[in-house]
Amino acid sequence: MDWLFTFPHMDDETLRALKKAIDEGFRSFTRGYGDSIEAFFQPLQFFLIQSERFMTRTPWPVILILIAAIAWFASRSWKIVAGCVATLLLIGFFDMWDDTMKTISMIFVATVLSIAVGIPIGILMARSDRVQQIVNPVLDVMQTLPSFVYLIPVVMLLGIGKVPGLIAVVIYAIPPMIRLTNLGIRLVDKDVLEAADAFGSSSWQKLKNVQIPLALPTIMAGINQTIMMALAMVVIASMIGVQGLGQPVLKAISNQYFTLGLFNGMAIVGIAIIFDRVSQAYGHRLQKHRVIGHV
Amino acid sequence: MSETGACIEIKNLCKIFGASPAAYVDAINSGGISKSELMSRHSHVLGLKNISISIPAGSIQVIMGLSGSGKSTLIRHINRLIDPTAGRIVVNGIDVMGLNKTELQDFRRHQTAMVFQKFALLPHRTVLKNVVYGLEIQGVPLARQMEAGMRWIERVGLKGFENHYPSQLSGGMQQRVGLARALTNDAPILLMDEAYSALDPLIRMDMQTVLLDLQKEIKKTIVFITHDLDEALRLGDRIAILRNGEVIQQGTSQDIVLRPADDYIASFAREVNRGRVLHVETVMTPLGGAAIARPAATIEAGETLETAARLLTQANESEAIVIDTMRRPVGRISLQQVARAMVTPNTAKEAGDTVESLSQATAAS
Repeated sequence: MDWLFTFPHMDDETLRALKKAIDEGFRSFTRGYGDSIEAFFQPLQFFLIQSERFMTRTPWPVILILIAAIAWFASRSWKIVAGCVATLLLIGFFDMWDDTMKTISMIFVATVLSIAVGIPIGILMARSDRVQQIVNPVLDVMQTLPSFVYLIPVVMLLGIGKVPGLIAVVIYAIPPMIRLTNLGIRLVDKDVLEAADAFGSSSWQKLKNVQIPLALPTIMAGINQTIMMALAMVVIASMIGVQGLGQPVLKAISNQYFTLGLFNGMAIVGIAIIFDRVSQAYGHRLQKHRVIGHV
Repeated sequence: MSETGACIEIKNLCKIFGASPAAYVDAINSGGISKSELMSRHSHVLGLKNISISIPAGSIQVIMGLSGSGKSTLIRHINRLIDPTAGRIVVNGIDVMGLNKTELQDFRRHQTAMVFQKFALLPHRTVLKNVVYGLEIQGVPLARQMEAGMRWIERVGLKGFENHYPSQLSGGMQQRVGLARALTNDAPILLMDEAYSALDPLIRMDMQTVLLDLQKEIKKTIVFITHDLDEALRLGDRIAILRNGEVIQQGTSQDIVLRPADDYIASFAREVNRGRVLHVETVMTPLGGAAIARPAATIEAGETLETAARLLTQANESEAIVIDTMRRPVGRISLQQVARAMVTPNTAKEAGDTVESLSQATAAS
């Protein structure tokens, strides 16, 4: 009756051999291709460094004005601009300016990369049910696999530093970008698409003139979600050497510095709210044609 | 202004929806299986059955039918938004079925323009940008797009609204945008899929007048889909009535009202205001060369019986001379003839009798 209480499993010897074989296979892959993969991601390294240099070496009032200006052009709301400026001033006053700039730089690069990769994949998914069938389970894995698990191979391949951190953040943050692009395009009104067809639009013209513009509010919601998820990864990414607000939090966890953790945590929340309000207000403004009101 | 309409030839068009539609075409055409059998035994849906319609250039062809009769499916075959299972469509000598992807795109850009029941405007574009959409994708220079767009916006009565978004306009105004968008394309064929069905009755009348007025100058070939017989009779040079995917009668408005092909059509025709549909020349006694003592009143051929009745009663005459466009007398019409033709017969048989007595009267003279 022993088998009833102990699940009949692979014997220990085979299991150990299997794990060893996979580990060794990956290790030799790392040794063989690690350098060329690192070279492949070199442009990202350059992009990250430039962006961080800009954020940290530019005088703080310039950055403050720049962020306020972006907030204004995206939202056209003085309330949101005032909120942004106040949050940033507060962060600076509590001596977290440098770390915040590093984090914003990281989030910026991760978002740009997610958009650049995610939108084309989303479009492909919307155009073919087959692609959707293949990509969807991959996205499910990316969203549910604990991030520590894919941090291991990333670190083995690329070592510790900004680029592996960026890749970990993008893996975690890109699924909503892809999903919502796909959804937005699939939800475009069939009647309008038929009209575009009836006037002889090519598929590119249909994509450019009808599908993307009508899906844009949904795509904007995807960008918003991507930014939020990237921010959520800040602390985990700091474990593999990404500088910014994550590192003090990590230090606070290991040394039980309650206040340090709280301050930096609040700073992350602060910039999350800034990003969220500004990108949502922009998404809302894109829909101004939907305002119902007869003349 | 450009080329006028193009003739459209629809030959033996068949559309069956399902997994292997081609297998059932012959059986359906020969009457081997019925629509319900096709559905229950083979789980295929019959869309259109053996449809042949010949539409002359520059005329308004109305296709009338209730919902589910296949009329919207039929109009989508003309620009091949739907591919037929069997049959041919020839537009100005071009076999539409033979076009490849780019040729079809080109055909849709230059030969056809479409107006939709649900307007199908681009919500993120202003009225002007919607109207020039067809020209924009053809790659027409911007200045010419704007010029043509503004001309048609003005022509459909939307001047001053060119920078509004569709959501800011009422339904009637949105459909004017739809009409302007189709007209700006300046294609010889105008396809109107229940274009006015979503509008309320007064605005619908108004839009019908707009279309009839425009047609006098543009002379396009217009295919107009509707479920409303009054609209069909008012607009159509020729009318085809569709039921369960089959054409059950084709002819002019006079044919449909005076000689309904079956009880189904007769039941619709009974509700029609005949005084506004029937023309004087349909009811008149032809002159046949015989000279007559000329009554004072004259009425032009093509006028309705209602107009004739008004004219006769106002002039206090019992008879009028019907003249053609060259003002030559072609027949005469009496108040009694007018009254008899305007009264709606009670049954289909009686309707036939009226026609018989009318044609007997014609023969007697």
